[in-house]
Amino acid sequence: MATATPTQAAPAQRIAAGQKTVTFEIWRGEKGKGEFRAYDAEVSEGMVVLDVIHKIQAEQAPDLAARWNCKAGKCGSCSAEINGMPKLMCMTRLNSLPIDKPVRVEPMKTFPSIRDLVTDVSWNFEVKKKIKKFQPRAPDAPDGTWRMRQADADRVQEFRKCIECFLCQDVCHVLRDHHLHDRFIGPRFFVYSAALEMQPLDTADRLADLRLRDGIGYCNITKCCTKVCPEEIHITDNAIIPLKERVVDEFFDPLGKLFRRFRGE
Amino acid sequence: MPDYQTHEYDVLVIGAGGAGLRAAVEASAAGVRVGLICKSLLGKAHTVMAEGGMAAAMGNVDDRDNWRVHFADTMRGGQYMNNSAMAEIHAKEAPARVRELEAWGALFDRTPDGRILQRNFGGHRYPRLAHVGDRTGLELIRTLQDHTIHQGIEVHMECTVLDLLTDAGRMAGAFAYDRERGRFRLFRAPAVVLATGGVGRAFKITSNSWEYTGDGQSLAYRAGAALMDMEFVQFHPTGMIWPPSVRGILVTEGVRGEGGVLRNSEGRRFMFDDIPENYRSQTADNEEEGWRYTQGDKNARRPPELLTRDHVARCIRREVREGRGSPHGGVFLDIAWIKSRVSGGAGHIRRKLPSMYHQFKQLADIDITETPMEVGPTTHYIMGGIRVDAETQMSDVPGLFAAGECAAGLHGANRLGGNSLSDLVVFGKRAGEYAAAYAKANGAPQVNPDQVDEIGARALEPFNRASGPNPYDIQHQLQDVMQDLVGIVRRQEEMQEALERIDGLKLCAAQVAVPGNREYNPGWHTALDLRNLLTVSEAIALSAIERKESRGAHFREDYPEKSAAAAKFNLTIRQAADGSMALGHQPVVPLTGEQKQIIEEMK
Repeated sequence: MATATPTQAAPAQRIAAGQKTVTFEIWRGEKGKGEFRAYDAEVSEGMVVLDVIHKIQAEQAPDLAARWNCKAGKCGSCSAEINGMPKLMCMTRLNSLPIDKPVRVEPMKTFPSIRDLVTDVSWNFEVKKKIKKFQPRAPDAPDGTWRMRQADADRVQEFRKCIECFLCQDVCHVLRDHHLHDRFIGPRFFVYSAALEMQPLDTADRLADLRLRDGIGYCNITKCCTKVCPEEIHITDNAIIPLKERVVDEFFDPLGKLFRRFRGE
Repeated sequence: MPDYQTHEYDVLVIGAGGAGLRAAVEASAAGVRVGLICKSLLGKAHTVMAEGGMAAAMGNVDDRDNWRVHFADTMRGGQYMNNSAMAEIHAKEAPARVRELEAWGALFDRTPDGRILQRNFGGHRYPRLAHVGDRTGLELIRTLQDHTIHQGIEVHMECTVLDLLTDAGRMAGAFAYDRERGRFRLFRAPAVVLATGGVGRAFKITSNSWEYTGDGQSLAYRAGAALMDMEFVQFHPTGMIWPPSVRGILVTEGVRGEGGVLRNSEGRRFMFDDIPENYRSQTADNEEEGWRYTQGDKNARRPPELLTRDHVARCIRREVREGRGSPHGGVFLDIAWIKSRVSGGAGHIRRKLPSMYHQFKQLADIDITETPMEVGPTTHYIMGGIRVDAETQMSDVPGLFAAGECAAGLHGANRLGGNSLSDLVVFGKRAGEYAAAYAKANGAPQVNPDQVDEIGARALEPFNRASGPNPYDIQHQLQDVMQDLVGIVRRQEEMQEALERIDGLKLCAAQVAVPGNREYNPGWHTALDLRNLLTVSEAIALSAIERKESRGAHFREDYPEKSAAAAKFNLTIRQAADGSMALGHQPVVPLTGEQKQIIEEMK
């Protein structure tokens, strides 16, 4: 039995000595029209950006619009761009930012602005509806249950960590710069499709949709989405590239496909 | 007269966490028109934060498990204040609800032979929690959410209900506003399912999200339904305590299930110092046996860290009060020590507890594979809520149903970890099923336009005042009152003081002013939440004063023992004719002969 005495928690990087004032430049406005406004806030050790937003709401700007829910990085509500980087406000600690300069907080740019930091992300919910639902094979056991190996579950469990913060959608240039929302579903829904395609029990085929309707060919694997994922899902390597390979195998390699079918793969 | 848009449904579900989604799926499957309202975006409800798992006696890991053991565990954990009919239904139906989630795409962790893996948790005799690492709630909500979108259910996101509508005493619908634009919405429906969750935001230190403002309990109360067991508020023993801004964020019980131990500043495993009599025969009396239990040894008994949450929370409080706490006023939760017992220790911890690893690394700069965590109690769950019928989940108001945390009965005086997620799907399904049946059997009720106008006008009052108290201030003051005076250890005088201060805050809340307009205005939203927060706070304080004993999660310093007389009744709360809050006693649901026998056998 280990009986090590607990050591005192390593002190977090201190914000100067005790309290300090930090300037936040927050985008205020409606439907894309607005401006940055500066707010000074007293901050203390361990605070995250969302704490400062709450403090400003309570003390200076009660109508400052911001979405949030869990404040623990689990729900994906408080996505914003902090000093130009797409992040969750609840998981961005002030000591990870250069707080001697003003901290700039603005809404995600890829989605229409509603008010202040809140954007209209409803497009994402519409996209999801179009993707074929999960269709399990017949149960493996007489009691109606299935059997699967943990190793096979692991691959998909990575994708199912997604908290739908839509930061990957925000940063994807196909959406952000080229606005191809009508023919490209974005990284979130490639991860979602991959989770279904690789689900050990699933029998549906989404490859034709991915190629023709969902625009997987537009992704040129710059990995911007992977870099901003707060759940550290390897979006490009583990979801998008394998899906691209499956699409290529299905549609551009008919001999290989026949061969594989013959071998029962 | 405020403008509003009208929607008509057969069943209106309010709340889109596990219970609401499951109710909507079931009602829709019954072929009725279903509307689903959620305060946030779809998929963000508080269910996403559930970590450890869902309890269901499937017996995949230990075949000695069955519904009888689960029933007995739930009743013991609830100190026999539970509605035993609900506890029996729950224990019997949970396995089918878990398997059904798998058929809808949920991917649970697996046993070596490929079945759904189950883990140990506090108060459960056998490994019983189906889980996905430490993000089971996310898996549950995403599975239900993705299933729901193919069912033709209309979802109204970021929409908050102001009041329920009644027609001659039965349900007629709800009046709401959308947060985005601040427009009013009238929902006409003969059957309404409340699935709005808990009340944690009435307290300062809580693991709950902002949505937990007691909406369902208060809506039902104002519509004439009874609340029950409101004194039973669960303080989870392990919340983060440092740095201050993360205080209250949950540290899953799964840490202890995987072998994590609690120590005080002297390095002592203090949980061995106080093991309650009714758990003694099931609890390890040495550290080695406790460790073997966490590693799946069927002959070992569980370590005292896995005693029920109420007990663990009070032991932590005792250590802190007696000067053996950690530097920031908690105790140490150590999972790093298991590196000496399992191969690839640090990797093992990261794999078993990925969210916890991530959470401490990111928010506290602590690597839990190296350093013990500092933890302390946090307001987590309310066992009490809307009184419902065990079979149908209907409240006292015809057509009004409730499921999940906002309903009372299943958990009694204290909830076992893992029994919440299973509660959501077992009783969410039942509420949806019976709400659909009720809607089919009963015609469309009338909506009273005067009632609607009055609700709308009241909601707009904060904009009409040139000046008044700040709604955030009132919320913070209330949180201090509840935390300090009606918290984990309670005393008569303090709770009386709390009631007086709540009365004062009610007056302030009626005078709040908010600047700006109706479009996505959090100041206004907070002002409107106050009424519900104050209602549930008063109900909690009144009930806690009335229960003059210590039982389960309710601990009275002035009445530290259980009372046989108080074991015979549950407390109810209703709105009296004069608008005041009235307490009542009702006999605890008697056990059936079979239930008595099960409890006797499992003692």
